[in-house]
Amino acid sequence: MTTTPTNGMAIRTEALTRDFTRVRAVDALTLEVPAGIVFGFLGPNGSGKTTTIRLLLGLLEPTAGRAEVLGFDVGTRAGSVRERVGALLEHTGLYERLSAIDNLEYYGRIARMSAADRTARIQELLTHFGLWERRTETVGSWSRGMKQKLAVARALLHRPSLLFLDEPTASLDPVASAALRDDLARLVAREGITVFLTTHNLAEAERLCTEVAVIRQGRLLAVGRPDELSARKGTRVEVRGRGLTEQLATLVGGRPEVSTAAMNDGRLIVELRDGAEMAPLVSLLVGAGASVEEVRKEQASLEEVFLTLMEEER
Amino acid sequence: MSDVLTVTWKEVKELLAMGGNLKGGRVGIVIMVAVFGVFLPLQTGREWVTSPLTIAYWAWVPLMLVTGVIADSFAGERERHTLETLLASRLPDRAILFGKVAAAIAYGWGFMVLMFIVGLVTVNLAHGHGQLLLYSWSFTLGAFLCGLLTSGLAASAGVLISLRAATVRQAAQSLSIGIMLCIFVPAFGIPALPKSWKASLMQAAMALSVAQWIAVVGITLAAIDAALLLAAMARFKRARLILD
Repeated sequence: MTTTPTNGMAIRTEALTRDFTRVRAVDALTLEVPAGIVFGFLGPNGSGKTTTIRLLLGLLEPTAGRAEVLGFDVGTRAGSVRERVGALLEHTGLYERLSAIDNLEYYGRIARMSAADRTARIQELLTHFGLWERRTETVGSWSRGMKQKLAVARALLHRPSLLFLDEPTASLDPVASAALRDDLARLVAREGITVFLTTHNLAEAERLCTEVAVIRQGRLLAVGRPDELSARKGTRVEVRGRGLTEQLATLVGGRPEVSTAAMNDGRLIVELRDGAEMAPLVSLLVGAGASVEEVRKEQASLEEVFLTLMEEER
Repeated sequence: MSDVLTVTWKEVKELLAMGGNLKGGRVGIVIMVAVFGVFLPLQTGREWVTSPLTIAYWAWVPLMLVTGVIADSFAGERERHTLETLLASRLPDRAILFGKVAAAIAYGWGFMVLMFIVGLVTVNLAHGHGQLLLYSWSFTLGAFLCGLLTSGLAASAGVLISLRAATVRQAAQSLSIGIMLCIFVPAFGIPALPKSWKASLMQAAMALSVAQWIAVVGITLAAIDAALLLAAMARFKRARLILD
């Protein structure tokens, strides 16, 4: 089932737009998702994440623009796209009256896997997720975490080239969520597939994703590697020592590479602009009579970047 | 075709898992088998295998059985949040639709055939007196055909309603109203017709043989089945189902 997308991109959208009666859910979204990575698609509730996935799966038609998934135009070849991707959408989509094995059997038959391949793959995935011993139980009696793992197994069953995961850990407790995340990370690394992941959990995105995009009200606000986005926000530096005063903070704050500098509890807190070096500022402080004992650089977390982007757009 | 069979396989598994009836179950099936496979054959005696009127039972039984489960076909998937995942799969629209219709027909018609056979065994045990009683070929064909067409009628009407309904309950209510209209409109409408019309109708009815009657009813049902199925096909749009 593995397909090599053209131009090394698993997903390309051009000004993809979707209007509902009173709302523009996706607004001229232009995006490229390289093949073979975990791509995080971040945004607050109602920002258009789920609608974007539905557009990419050909479940909804765009109002304007176009999308290409695994080299297929979604507008004209939605069937080919759906054949090659796996999806775990907002809900698990499991048949709760059926057993785990029947749920997987059904989707294996849908994917036209041979009986032998289905059997082997089902055993492999259920074993990986620790569900093999409970394979004959009806899914309705399972915990949410187990159902979510089974739904991921179902999405991966036919060895898709691209996996859509719509907030896979949203309804899970921290333990179940960490377990699913770890299982998923190992499996994705082993199978080398592209993952398009939407999540509210920014720590999760930072840990799993090679690249992320942030959207709000259907508009793309930022896209890049998490560390690139963090660097864009600038670097926070904490300076400890003796002789650090408000005057020195003002002096440092006047430098072009510094966005802010202020004293806080006897420490000098400096926000550096993107790519700025700290060494010349340390020299400046020492030259001005301060005795610097410790300089600690901290990059903004993805959560801070996300919140800043949301603030800027408000 | 294999996609239709795949959907049918899952649907039948689910129907059997839920006991065959939305309201709970196997008890309903057992009661129907007891009534149509044992009680009525015992009451009717040897005529059970010969009277053309019993064909009406074999038209009615699958209609009731399918009506009991078909409301769940799409509305149930929507209610239980399994529809979107199914629509995101590679299955073509028609395979999903026909698979669900086929499963409902197989369920209703399958149990009808079971009751048909149980009824034959009952009549032979109770009224055979050492002689083997059998349905005639034309009787069997008529009963099976009528059962198939009424299953098809309930399945295609039910799928069409279920595609539009927000919940299983809503679909079941709409389907029940539809069936009641089918029964009560002729029941109250025909007596209300002018005397001359009723006389003409009676004359036309008397002019037909039983076989001709079955043919007329069969052709009418087949035409209605096809029309309802075409309407369901036109209604089946992935985007519309997602937004509904």
